[in-house]
Amino acid sequence: MVTIDPVVFDIGYLLSAALFIMGIKKLSSPRTAPYGNQLGAAGMFLAVLVTLIKMVIEGKVEWELVAGGLLLGSIIGAWMAIKVQMTGMPELVALFNGFGGAASALVALAEVLARVKEGEVPTDRLNLWAIWIAIGLSGLVGWITLTGSLMAMFKLKGGFTIPLTKKWIRFPTWGPPWLNVVKVSLFFASLAFVVLSVREPENTQWVWGLVISSCVLGVLFVLPIGGADMPVVVSLLNSLSGIAAAFTGFVINNNVLIIAGSMVGAAGLILTFIMCKAMNRQLIDVLFKSFGGSDKEQVTRTKVGSDPEEVAMMCDGIGTVIIVPGYGMAVSQCQHAVKEFADLMEERDVEVKYAIHPVAGRMPGHMNVLLAEANVPYEQLIEMDEINSEFPNCDLAVVIGANDTTNPVARTGEGPLGGMPILDVDKARSIVIIKRSLSVGYAGVDNDLFFMDKTMMLFGDGKAMMNGLNSAIKDY
Amino acid sequence: MSLTMAALIASITVFVLAIFLGFELISKVPATLHTPLMSGANAISGITVVGALLASNVAFNNGSPGVAAWLGFAALVMATINCVGGFMVTNRMLGMIAGKKRKKEVA
Repeated sequence: MVTIDPVVFDIGYLLSAALFIMGIKKLSSPRTAPYGNQLGAAGMFLAVLVTLIKMVIEGKVEWELVAGGLLLGSIIGAWMAIKVQMTGMPELVALFNGFGGAASALVALAEVLARVKEGEVPTDRLNLWAIWIAIGLSGLVGWITLTGSLMAMFKLKGGFTIPLTKKWIRFPTWGPPWLNVVKVSLFFASLAFVVLSVREPENTQWVWGLVISSCVLGVLFVLPIGGADMPVVVSLLNSLSGIAAAFTGFVINNNVLIIAGSMVGAAGLILTFIMCKAMNRQLIDVLFKSFGGSDKEQVTRTKVGSDPEEVAMMCDGIGTVIIVPGYGMAVSQCQHAVKEFADLMEERDVEVKYAIHPVAGRMPGHMNVLLAEANVPYEQLIEMDEINSEFPNCDLAVVIGANDTTNPVARTGEGPLGGMPILDVDKARSIVIIKRSLSVGYAGVDNDLFFMDKTMMLFGDGKAMMNGLNSAIKDY
Repeated sequence: MSLTMAALIASITVFVLAIFLGFELISKVPATLHTPLMSGANAISGITVVGALLASNVAFNNGSPGVAAWLGFAALVMATINCVGGFMVTNRMLGMIAGKKRKKEVA
């Protein structure tokens, strides 16, 4: 039998942690991002390899189960990653995130059950406290991540079909104010279970109590939050799954888990705050004050819709056009039709740019991914702060399924949208808005933009309307 | 395997420093890359696969496989899905964003 100094394993793990750090660093620049992702994957491969060697050196390995588990997970993961549509990406990220949280929680649970079964419960105070608290916190955070992520996934989908019946059920958003009290109580109950499990380490019923209370907590945590806030929730849950992995690192006393987990935890949290800032929302409000679900303002004003032929006439002889995509573009999957429109415009020597609001769609960067899929050059995607100065000189702004991110009422600083940074679409010389109706957006606020004299409304599905517009331009 | 106070403090030090590192790394990312970054970071949090490997193996080696062993196995499968799926889906997203850029530079 070969003997290897255990220090070698630690160096291997250190190398893998360094690869993760470099990977995340490189992921932050468009040029190096694919390389960064590969570095992360390499770090993961190295960590698994080191662990497998360590297991071989230290004793018997149940190869059927280890290899079987790795293979099964790889096949399922790869299949999902290849099969997913670009519009389904946010849901998939949420689902993967849930799996990660569940894995951490399951490791902690397996550890506690195995230790109790084998009579390996630590006897000294330090070990008992350190390991049992880590087990408890890993479970608490991990189970919340699992059930919360599953809820977020269904909310992003908007609902689910009952198997065999093909009946579509809208996913509910429900949260009376007293539910917050329940949530806080459940959180403290979960912490109490952690403390009780430390006091009575042999008694596994406290651990099972923790599993139940934290699973319910995850569900109640996401239930009252509206679909519009899901990006923030998924980002926060991403942070939590990292924290769960870090706690698991304490359970099995492994530095690579601690480093990678806490780094992802910090990353997710920063991203969460960036998103909240862009939406002018406080994290506390998102989590505890549900809004946008009910009490929507009734539309009292009306606006006569235009037709694609009229808009095609508008498009003739203009010099610049700014395309403003929103969630509506993702829903109707009309990014290719949008790109075709841009091509038609460019053939007619019109300068085309895209205005990307930081929270357009359901995740930051959602629009970029969709437009990139349709071969839109990266250089044409302009972020909000840069493009806003260009709207006054723009001949035509084409808004596709965006609402709250263009609502001038945000500048007044009042109401749910008050102070949210918006795209200055109202400053464009003329505006075309493709939207199903005049109804309010997620924030539940009427949009003055729709009723301006220079605005033309194309009522209908994004894809149908874009295709109609494209053929009208070709015929013109 | 017994834990000493010094080792515990060392682990907590690593934990806290890594959190600060994460804050610094992430604060400079353009909005364009937020979704791929979230997805990539999420894949890295699948590092818990290491814990799952060790836990499931130990549990299966200790005599007849009990509940703990199968929980460890479930953790292994889920963590692997998170890693493999996460990195692949991130790669797909980035291929679309960065791939177009490269094509344009060539042309």
